Amino acid sequence: MPETEEAQRTRVELDRDYVRDVFRAMLKARLLESKLSSLYKAGKIVGGVYLGKGQEAVSAALGASLIQGRDIFAALIRDQAGRTAFGEPLLDCTRTYLGSVLGPMKGRDGNIHRGRPREGMPAMISHLGAEVSVVGGMLMARRLKGELEGVVGATCVGDGATSTGAFHEGVNMAAVERLPLVVIVGNNQFAYSTPNDRQFACVDLLDRAKGYGVGGHSVDGTDLLACSDVIGRAVRLAREGGGPQMVVARLLRLSGHGEHDDGSYVPGTLRDSHLGRDCLENGIVQMIEQGFATVDEIEQWKNRFTEEVQAAVAQAQQEPTPDPWDEDWRACSTEPGGAI
Amino acid sequence: MSVTYIDAIREAQETLLREDPRVFLYGQDISQFGGAFKATKGLAEAFPGRVLDSPISEDAMIGMAVGAAIEGMRPIVEMQFADFSSIAFNQIVNQAATHFYRTGVPVPLTVRLPSGGTPGSGPFHSQSMEAIYAHYPGLVVVTPATVADAYHMLIDSVRLDDPVIYCEHKFLYRWLKAPRINGDSLPIGKARITRPGKHATVVAYSAMVHEAVRAAERLKDEGGWEIEVVDLRSVKPLDIDTVLASIDRTGRLLALGEAFPWGGVTAEVVARVCAEGFHLLDAPPRRLNSRDTPVPYHPKLWAAHRPTPESICLALRELLSF
Repeated sequence: MPETEEAQRTRVELDRDYVRDVFRAMLKARLLESKLSSLYKAGKIVGGVYLGKGQEAVSAALGASLIQGRDIFAALIRDQAGRTAFGEPLLDCTRTYLGSVLGPMKGRDGNIHRGRPREGMPAMISHLGAEVSVVGGMLMARRLKGELEGVVGATCVGDGATSTGAFHEGVNMAAVERLPLVVIVGNNQFAYSTPNDRQFACVDLLDRAKGYGVGGHSVDGTDLLACSDVIGRAVRLAREGGGPQMVVARLLRLSGHGEHDDGSYVPGTLRDSHLGRDCLENGIVQMIEQGFATVDEIEQWKNRFTEEVQAAVAQAQQEPTPDPWDEDWRACSTEPGGAI
Repeated sequence: MSVTYIDAIREAQETLLREDPRVFLYGQDISQFGGAFKATKGLAEAFPGRVLDSPISEDAMIGMAVGAAIEGMRPIVEMQFADFSSIAFNQIVNQAATHFYRTGVPVPLTVRLPSGGTPGSGPFHSQSMEAIYAHYPGLVVVTPATVADAYHMLIDSVRLDDPVIYCEHKFLYRWLKAPRINGDSLPIGKARITRPGKHATVVAYSAMVHEAVRAAERLKDEGGWEIEVVDLRSVKPLDIDTVLASIDRTGRLLALGEAFPWGGVTAEVVARVCAEGFHLLDAPPRRLNSRDTPVPYHPKLWAAHRPTPESICLALRELLSF
């Protein structure tokens, strides 16, 4: 199987610290998201909860390949692992989900719609594909300021977003400008409930990379080592002046679209197929078998991250929620000529 | 020598490029070609690398500007025609307009919309989009009607920390001239009394200011009526204080706009005047807009679709005779 070949090829080349970073972010994200799911089911979270279960390897490999403070990462709906790997504090997540006024969005926006734009983390809007050109613009600004050298901007989309005009316009623009943009297409087979065969008619989404004139890469999204290799390489290519890179990851979402959705439209045969393999369970085996971590280390990480997650949830839960009387209700940063 | 409205827009961009290294221009055909209306003529040569041709991707053009603004730049995006900004609607109202409120990070970008009708331009090169964008919190929408305002309001728009929709009227591009760009500009958000009067107030903006003045002159000649014309200058913020002060003097209101009649700026003006200045009115306030059809192609149909001095005079006579 090509997956196994990929994994075998990468074993010798992969940096040990990088792979451990990827794995730790996957593990921490899974623990955090399990907690979020419980909180949602207990009625403690208002609004939706959207998990990246099954997509952690792809997301974390991207986050760990980027450099916080230099690079740009526009995370999307299933990127808790990537956010964690990039360096977003757990508190940003728990505060936003739990509506703490001390969070980056102050209760004005929720769940995965969070970010710190001035720290290279734009806050996504719900309209799919829309972040591609925003990251492009951030890179254009760096170029105009003479600060683009060695910088990468990255974002993730799903198979559904590839059908939008915004995605097409954004990738095409980045290609025309030859920006160091990495776009990860996590093809998790379903856009909400709509399967691939109702979403696009090309044989492989990877074919689109050629159409756009950008680098194209395909990876088994259930394979931690393959993701670390292929995505790490795509980021490196962009960083070294190779222009935009598109990575298409083959995987399956192991949860509903959100926690309100049981995903019953996913056929059992698909869940039982290679695509349905849990990248974290498989990753634990890979880490141990390939000598990247010991059983004890993984157990210690698990314990430590569980405590970190508990602490981040507990802290956010005891923080104040927004008070409409304290809200300034201003959508503009300035007040030209007085009242709007 | 005289300066046209489009000269003023070009000169404002030249000033901005010269004085502020954060400014750059992005749009279709704006580089070597100088833009469909030549608003950027010669700027690519004068400012290499800062006047950039975009693909025909209005959505990505605004997304790009939002990203660049996050990083501290001051992008000016030229939409080739205001009508095409519908393709960028999502990025304008959902990305740019919500950004400061959601994240606390302002996105200082300016979108230039060549707006309004000209003879023969038809349904897709004639639209007035100001009401659509003014509806959304987080956007500033300006509609300059004079050569000096075209210049100063573009400078002010780019210097503002918030996203600005700058509606420039194509009909004024070469028709409207001034001896020079004078320096007495008002800030964005302040309306101007273009012509003082005492019998009725016409609240207008953009090209309709000039049609209102023509109508006022006719009524002056016809019956000695003194019609006050208020130029809103910016439709958001809307300077209701100046409008109410005018109606306090005249007791009568005609809200005039070139946009489609359902809702919009004229409806907003009438609603606010009724709510905040009902006691000032001596007659029911009136609105005059375009007809409720797409903007027609043929010059004869187009001229009857938008308000004209004739239709404005008719509305004013009815208002004055109440």
